Amino acid sequence: MTVNELKTALSLETLVEGDGTRDVTTGYCGDLLSWVMSRADAGCAWITVMGNINAVAVCALAEISCLILADNAVLDEAARARAESEELPILRSDRNIYELAVALSRLLPS
Amino acid sequence: MNIQLHYTVSADDFTRAGEASGAVKAKLKQLGFRPDVIRKVAIAMYEGEINMVIHAGGGVADVDIEADRVVVVLTDQGPGIPDIEKAMQEGYSTASETVRNLGFGAGMGLPNIKKYTDDLIIDTEIGKGTRITMTVLV
Ligand SMILES: Nc1ncnc2c1ncn2[C@@H]1O[C@H](COP(=O)(O)OP(=O)(O)OP(=O)(O)O)[C@@H](O)[C@H]1O
Ligand SMILES: [Mg+2]
Repeated sequence: MTVNELKTALSLETLVEGDGTRDVTTGYCGDLLSWVMSRADAGCAWITVMGNINAVAVCALAEISCLILADNAVLDEAARARAESEELPILRSDRNIYELAVALSRLLPS
Repeated sequence: MNIQLHYTVSADDFTRAGEASGAVKAKLKQLGFRPDVIRKVAIAMYEGEINMVIHAGGGVADVDIEADRVVVVLTDQGPGIPDIEKAMQEGYSTASETVRNLGFGAGMGLPNIKKYTDDLIIDTEIGKGTRITMTVLV
């Protein structure tokens, strides 16, 4: 499914529009950047509370399709600007990481 | 093909960190390299770049792009790595609390570089600095 479809299905708030036509094939949860770069698959939706510029850099380098901030976590301004220039969609929810992961897994083919 | 690129990575500048690896990623894409090769180079170089920022007060990056390989050499004048075997272990980190709060310090950077490259050479001398040479074969 595309990022836009995922956004609608999970009723996520849009913080950065980005390229919503990107395909999402799987998910990844976690907040430590090197773990993400080690374990997240290209094309995933990354669910985290890490809303800083380094997280955005990781998304670009590791070909992550979109960043989903759980627990209404804060996106800082530098991160927003970088995401806009990278066309990285950043979405947000008041649900926690577990709840979002469960909801995402129901949407994606296993 | 033989393209050489050079970047300066400034000290403790987290807001710019990733710029060199991002630029190399864009260059490789433009040159038509395979996506999996580009991803490996980008992640390994970013880990090395961030390590220079966090642990060594910055440094320089030299990238050599050839048709069959990409070689990234990261050189710093930082404190050096006392025990490479330890540093290569998953989970070993000397990162500060401040840096950990930014999401770094999992102790996974060097293991990631190893994982995503075909060859990794670490030359380091205490008090002098570190040079990391990583090669990704196409
Ligand atoms: N360029 C360097 N100069 C000096 N010490 C380094 C350098 N690179 C790595 N180290 C040492 O090796 C340790 C392990 O590095 P590694 O990249 O694996 O983990 P980290 O940087 O601490 O955390 P992470 O990469 O997961 O954010 C570091 O904590 C640091 O002590
Ligand atoms: Mg590191």
